[in-house]
Amino acid sequence: MSSIKKLTQKRLFLPVFSMILVMLINVIYDAATGNAALSFFTVSIRNGVLYGRLVDILNRGTEAAILAIGMTLVVSSSAGTDISVGSVMSLYGGMCCMLLAGFGNVNVSSYAVPLIVGIGAGLLTACACGLFNGFLVAYMNIQPMVATLILWSAGRAIGLLLCNSQIVYVRVPSFQKIGGYVGFIPTPIIVAAACILVAALVLRLTALGTYIQSVGINKRASRIAGFNSAKIILLCYVICGLCAGLAGMVATSRIYSADTNNIGLNMELDAILAVALGGNSLGGGKFNLAGSIIGAYTIQAIDTTLLSLGVSTAQSPVFKAVIVILIVVIQSEPMKDFFKKMSKKKAAVKGAA
Amino acid sequence: MKKKLAAMAVVGAALCMSTMMVSAEEDLITVGYAQVGHESDWRTANTQDYQNVFSEENGYELSLIDCDNDNAAQLEAVRNFIQQGMDYIIIAPIQSAGWDTVLQEALDAGIPVIIADREIEASEDMYDAWVGTDPHNEGVTAGNWLAEQLDGAEANILQIEGTVGASATIGRTEGFAEVAAEHDEWTILDSQSGDFTQDGGQAVMESFIKSYEGEFNVVVCQNDNEAYGAMDAMDAAGITYGADGDVILISYDATHDGLQYTLDGKINLDVECNPIQAETVKGVIEKMEAGEEFEARTLVEEQAFCAPGIESEYAVQMTQEILDGRAY
Repeated sequence: MSSIKKLTQKRLFLPVFSMILVMLINVIYDAATGNAALSFFTVSIRNGVLYGRLVDILNRGTEAAILAIGMTLVVSSSAGTDISVGSVMSLYGGMCCMLLAGFGNVNVSSYAVPLIVGIGAGLLTACACGLFNGFLVAYMNIQPMVATLILWSAGRAIGLLLCNSQIVYVRVPSFQKIGGYVGFIPTPIIVAAACILVAALVLRLTALGTYIQSVGINKRASRIAGFNSAKIILLCYVICGLCAGLAGMVATSRIYSADTNNIGLNMELDAILAVALGGNSLGGGKFNLAGSIIGAYTIQAIDTTLLSLGVSTAQSPVFKAVIVILIVVIQSEPMKDFFKKMSKKKAAVKGAA
Repeated sequence: MKKKLAAMAVVGAALCMSTMMVSAEEDLITVGYAQVGHESDWRTANTQDYQNVFSEENGYELSLIDCDNDNAAQLEAVRNFIQQGMDYIIIAPIQSAGWDTVLQEALDAGIPVIIADREIEASEDMYDAWVGTDPHNEGVTAGNWLAEQLDGAEANILQIEGTVGASATIGRTEGFAEVAAEHDEWTILDSQSGDFTQDGGQAVMESFIKSYEGEFNVVVCQNDNEAYGAMDAMDAAGITYGADGDVILISYDATHDGLQYTLDGKINLDVECNPIQAETVKGVIEKMEAGEEFEARTLVEEQAFCAPGIESEYAVQMTQEILDGRAY
């Protein structure tokens, strides 16, 4: 009993519980329709690569998971959200593909500049976007949503300009590899794992995580305590920009083209939702990175589930909304208090008996 | 004195130039085109086509305004055309509703309005002519071609639709479903939206493959970008498609890349959605100028292209010459 209690009090319990709940929908559906009950969880190797719904969730959830890392830090340090990440993803695509194809070309099968230059320039552009956002928020004291609104609308437009308003295709196998497979593992999964590992190591091995949280809890007090609050906020936005660039890298290579109108469209909302589903307060302060990442994969699990259930596309946003509301309500403070009271009552009844 | 002379010379020159310009303008027919935007290769081809056809050599002066998918900007653009007293106004409506006031203004000013490419929700006496494509017909063509190829064989069909609510999605879905309803041996296993994007097509196809493994033999994608995504997903799962494959792949749009895949035999059938519409519009305007009878609704001619080696009465076999001869 006490071990269950301990488990339920862990910070990650509710996010993980929600994700499992979403996946259980599939087990019930599969059992009801006469398929093998666990077919959703079956992972096999087909045609030399990993194959299965779980692989799809991990693969397709990559962009949201990477964005969630940056978004968590931004939310924690500045008590606001960076709504430009989707546009920055698209700007990465525009910059990278424009350089690789050469300006004005729309369909190439060889590089104009080495691959590393294209990716490097794209990531640098993304970092510059983060720097711009961070400067406005940290030094100009502009509200985060207003500051990032600028690139939210302009980022995609700049990407379109770079690509001469067309979809630029780079049909080179090494470019497609980042969105394809390395050996039998989808490359996006490796990229996501690497990003999560680096973020976890940096936060664990350095005091950065503590700095960010203290700035988020009280900016002034932290400054008086000797932290350079503005610099820390700036750094968070640059990291967020870099994450958007990395997510853009995966999304662009997946379709080996700069579809600037569509890359990362509405992804900022998924990233913010991931942070919230991970049990983080959007008011800043304490954060839980693992929760955000689990949140991101939960969103993808919902999308994959809706597709596998065959819910018609016109109706699926409604189902998604219902699931999201349930998850958020389960994690809300009044519900937590309610559960606590219930268990106390039970204990009291037991004690009386 | 010198200054006065110089000033007179300048004024004189300016006068000369303005009279010259007026005389040049008098011969040209002024046409205002409120274009949707430049969101796709298709749209860019459409814009270029208008610029080529309504050229000064052909006797036209074209004012083309790119409205960047902004409905308010487009209404404003049309109002400007009315104020400038254009001879003809062409509108490719971004939104189908909300045109009554502006159309009434054009009617009051006596300027003929031609609606191009998309449908509009206004009574037909509010505008003069409509020129465009019919996605419903495209869906029917795809269905007829499939029936001809299968020749009574069983079909288990997966469909990747376009953006929910778009007129192309609705028309293509309905047209194809109409033909499918006539064939009891056809089953549409599932139909989901891929949002007209490559990424969307790939994600939907990945899921389809897992849900209907080994059950399907036809995949219909409602535009070429979705077809590229579906092809990637089938490649990854080791499913063969196209002229030599197990799965028949049908796509719409017939963009340059899409036709290249058709020529390579990877796409079985690509149904055209033709952006080359300006010549048809010009034909309508010429008839109006001459005071002749003109059609209230004109459909732009559309074709379908199939992979080399497939005989069909509904589609043309793809060749390198056709591909090279395409304007977009």
